[in-house]
Amino acid sequence: MNETFTKAMARNIFYGGSLFFILVFLGLTYHTEKVLPERDHRENITEQVVLGKKVWEENNCVGCHSLLGEGAYFAPELGNVYTRFGGSKEAIIAFIKYRPAEGIEGRRSMPQFNLSDEELEAVAEFLKWTSEINTSNWPPNIQG
Amino acid sequence: MKYESQKVARLYFIAALGLFVGQILFGLIMGLQYVIGDFLFPAIPFNVARMVHTNLLIVWLLFGFMGAAYFMIPEESETELWSPKLAIVLFWVFLVAGALTILGYLLVPYARLAEMTGNDILPTMGREFLEQPLITKIGIVIVALGFVFNVGMTVLRGRKTVISTILMIGLIGLAVMFLFSFYNPENLVRDKFYWWWVVHLWVEGVWELILGSLLAFVLIKVTGVDREVIEKWLYMIVAMALITGILGTGHHYFWIGAPEYWQWLGSVFSAMEPIPFFMMTLFAFNMVNKRRREHPNKAAVLWAMGTGVMAFLGAGVWGFLHTLAPINYYTHGTQLTAAHGHMAFYGAYAMVVMCIISYSMPLMRGRIANSNKAQVAEMWGFWLMTVSMVFITLFLTAAGVVQVWLQRYTETPMPFMLVQDKMAVFFWMREVAGVFFLGGLGVYIWSFFIGTDADAARDAAKVLAKANTKENA
Repeated sequence: MNETFTKAMARNIFYGGSLFFILVFLGLTYHTEKVLPERDHRENITEQVVLGKKVWEENNCVGCHSLLGEGAYFAPELGNVYTRFGGSKEAIIAFIKYRPAEGIEGRRSMPQFNLSDEELEAVAEFLKWTSEINTSNWPPNIQG
Repeated sequence: MKYESQKVARLYFIAALGLFVGQILFGLIMGLQYVIGDFLFPAIPFNVARMVHTNLLIVWLLFGFMGAAYFMIPEESETELWSPKLAIVLFWVFLVAGALTILGYLLVPYARLAEMTGNDILPTMGREFLEQPLITKIGIVIVALGFVFNVGMTVLRGRKTVISTILMIGLIGLAVMFLFSFYNPENLVRDKFYWWWVVHLWVEGVWELILGSLLAFVLIKVTGVDREVIEKWLYMIVAMALITGILGTGHHYFWIGAPEYWQWLGSVFSAMEPIPFFMMTLFAFNMVNKRRREHPNKAAVLWAMGTGVMAFLGAGVWGFLHTLAPINYYTHGTQLTAAHGHMAFYGAYAMVVMCIISYSMPLMRGRIANSNKAQVAEMWGFWLMTVSMVFITLFLTAAGVVQVWLQRYTETPMPFMLVQDKMAVFFWMREVAGVFFLGGLGVYIWSFFIGTDADAARDAAKVLAKANTKENA
């Protein structure tokens, strides 16, 4: 870098530029918060959905699965699993409930988490709500 | 090394490298589970192995950053560390808390761990990379506060340089952004939105400030280039990092329910995120070319140039590959993300920590540089690990392309598990590359035990004598 461009100028770009974009980011965050209710359908977040999210977290489901594309890539995407399973909470519950404790020879298998009926119902309800978030049409198809 | 208290860094670096070995071992376990699905099941399910793998990475990098700060800050400030004792106490607190957390992951089912550690009081667990129990998170905050206070007091009472200022902003930013890990809204969309304030604003934000200042420090020391020049570069690099990186957060807001203008903002700004990394590469090579001294520590110079290049490739190029919204629509959450994540973390953060270790560790052992033999071994470690990581990235990229094609892009998309079987050959090759990486890490660690102080002194004297004759001629 040449001599006409001084260290003081570089410093001002750093502080000024960073501050400017922090403020823009905060402004956009404020706006996002304002319009989000139309996209996340928060009116449908029932106590069951809240419990479902907690069960999701406390069993570290995101350690294998992705949810809206975020998480691990070892097991299928679950943001749209409700739709993939034909809009059936029962199918989701049955899948989780009947996992063999010792796994499947040579294959990946979901652990048996021994969830209560209430927890199973809640997780299914949480995944149903998640599938209804407006994700700009992601994933591209039913396979997630 | 000019100040006795800089030596506390040694503890931190030793712990960092020990945890690094653990991280790689668990990486190999996971890699095998990708192809032999029931490997170690149900004793260590994949999610547990992954948690250990990623959490060890975060913790060893934090140990590395803290060690780096303890080494650099007294020298930059030209004064002893405010309290070496506090640094040692916090070291043990962090190590014990970290070890207990990892043991918790391995020995107790996660749901039980959540129950035992009071996740009901404030649910924060079970989110990617932030899986730590509440008490561990509080422990991290206490350690971070004590650490920032300790180095901050040192900076305040001594010389203030651009390097120490940028490093302090980075470290304070790291501590502040971590506080968002305590915020876990019941609404998944908002949860994800603010989760990225920890994750993205760390690795594509404040951590880049830390990375830049570590690199600048080592470059000043090994090249002898004028501080004014180096500091101007540093300002421009971190300016570009934050100018592109803050709104670049938007590239995580494409498909999680946030409004659609983020697709434009995220695409445009994150497409510019490679710029600061490219500048780092230019920076490292330029400074080494303009060097005004021959430093006997060739290995440290190699790490400095290597981290520039690999950060640019991993974070810059591999990030850019899938950051534009129309492309990310198909690649989001596939093995392409994993490919990028591996090379970016290795190239930017693992390598810069090994760079500062390479420069400072011999000094803390009373040497200018290690013996030739030790440096040759260290460079073998560098090349083995780096080339292995390039192959890990290439194989994961190939796997990702297959996945995107078969599961996302084709007219007749196939189910996830079926596609995984078709990617198996690449997962096997990745695992082999991973074994080579472990070998490289072994050679690297072995290099610390090669050569005596006398060897080191003799070899360093040779380099310095040669440089002197050149100058006189």
